[in-house]
Amino acid sequence: MSKEVLNAKRLLCPLPVIRTQDKVKTMTTGDILQVVCTDPGVMQDIPAWCRINGHKVIEMVSDDMEYIIVLEVG
Amino acid sequence: MSKQRKAVALISGGLDSLLAAKTIIEQGIHVEGINFFTGFCVEGHTHAIRKKDKATPKRNNALWSAEQLGIKLHIVDVIDEYKDVLINPKYGYGANMNPCLDCKIFMVHKAKEWIKENDFDFIITGEVIGQRPMSQRKDTMPVIANESGAEDLLLRPLCAQNLPMTLPEREGWVDREKLHDFSGRTRKPQLALAAQFGFNDFAQPAGGCCFLTDKSYSDKLVDLWTSRGRKEYDLDDVMLLKVGRHIRPKSNFKVIIAREEGEARFLQGYKKEFINMNCASHKGPLAMVDGEPSEADLLVAAQLTARYGQGREAEFVDVTIREKDGTEKVVTVTPMKADEIPLQWMI
Repeated sequence: MSKEVLNAKRLLCPLPVIRTQDKVKTMTTGDILQVVCTDPGVMQDIPAWCRINGHKVIEMVSDDMEYIIVLEVG
Repeated sequence: MSKQRKAVALISGGLDSLLAAKTIIEQGIHVEGINFFTGFCVEGHTHAIRKKDKATPKRNNALWSAEQLGIKLHIVDVIDEYKDVLINPKYGYGANMNPCLDCKIFMVHKAKEWIKENDFDFIITGEVIGQRPMSQRKDTMPVIANESGAEDLLLRPLCAQNLPMTLPEREGWVDREKLHDFSGRTRKPQLALAAQFGFNDFAQPAGGCCFLTDKSYSDKLVDLWTSRGRKEYDLDDVMLLKVGRHIRPKSNFKVIIAREEGEARFLQGYKKEFINMNCASHKGPLAMVDGEPSEADLLVAAQLTARYGQGREAEFVDVTIREKDGTEKVVTVTPMKADEIPLQWMI
C-alpha cells in the first residue's frame, strides 16, 4: 500500500477531480491519496466522484485557504 | 445469451443529457457517462468564486447527474485539444464566441474514440431537434453524426423517432418505440419525462453549459486576442476572464479588479504572475495589471483601483503597488470618478 499526495491548489472545478481521477488510475486498490486543494467545491465533488467510482473518503479537513481530502482507492 | 450492450452518454450536467441516459438505462443498456472539460464549462464552482453566490449549491452537475443515474462518469480534460475548435471553427461562431456545431462534432468525435478504446457499442446525447439554434437543428444533426465519424453509432434518445434509424435501433439493442420524438424549444416534454423518472432537482442553465455563449465573457476573450495580436490562450486566461471587472485603458495593459472577497481570494493566487495593487489607506479591492504597463499606466491602474474602494470619494488614496517579485511601493492618487472612466475601457 502506498500513500501519495496530489497538489491541486489553485485549480477550479472540475480540474481537481480530473487530476484526482488521473492520479487514481495509476494507483492500486488500498492505496491512499491525499488531495490538497484551494477550491471549496472539492469538498462536494471529490466525495461525489469517489461514491460513483467506488473509492472511499477517509478524511476531509479544511481551513480558510486549503481543503484536504484523503481517499482510499477502491 | 445475448451480449450486454454498452453505451457512453455525453453528460453535460443539464436535464436533457440526464434524461437521454436514463431513457437508455431503462432499456437495459449498460451506460457510463463522459464529460469533456474545455475550460469554458459553466460550473457552480466558478460562480462560487464570488461570495454573493455562496448560497447556491457548489456541486458539479455532471457528477450529480451521474450519481442520480447510478453510473460511472469519466471527466476528460480536453483544454488543449479544444483550442483549435475555438480558434478555427469550420462552421463559425454563434451569437457570441460559441462554436457550438464544431464543439458538438468535436465531443462526439472524442466519444467515438473513447468507445473504440473501451469496447463500448454506441454513443448517446441529449440533443433535441430545434432545441438550439446552431447545433441542434434538423439539418445540422446529420452533420454532427457524419463529421464526428460516429455515423449511425450516435443515438439521440430524446428525438430519435424524428431521425433515421441508428445501428442500436436496427440491431434491436434498443427499442425505437420506447425512444422519444421531442422537438423544438419547448421544455414541457423534458419536464414531464423528468417527473416520470422522479428527477426534481436538475440544472437548467439558461445560456447552456458554456461561458462562450455569454456576451460579456466573449467580449473579454476577443479583447484578449486583440490585445495580443493573435488568437491564443491558456487555462489561466480562461479562468481570469471569469473573474473581476476587466478595464482596458490602453492596448498595452488592462486592470482586473476583484468585485468581491471570493474573487480577491482567487486572484491572490496570481500575485506572483501579475503586478498587483490594493488600497493602503482605505479598504478596497485587489487588482491585477495584465500586460506591459509603463509607470504612468500604473498610476492610472492605481486610480482605478482606488475608484472601487471605500476611498472613492476621498481626495487622495494611498495604493500599494506590488511587482511580481514582491517588491512594493506606495503611491498616492486621486480616485478616478465614475464619469472619468470612458465606457470603451470597460470590457
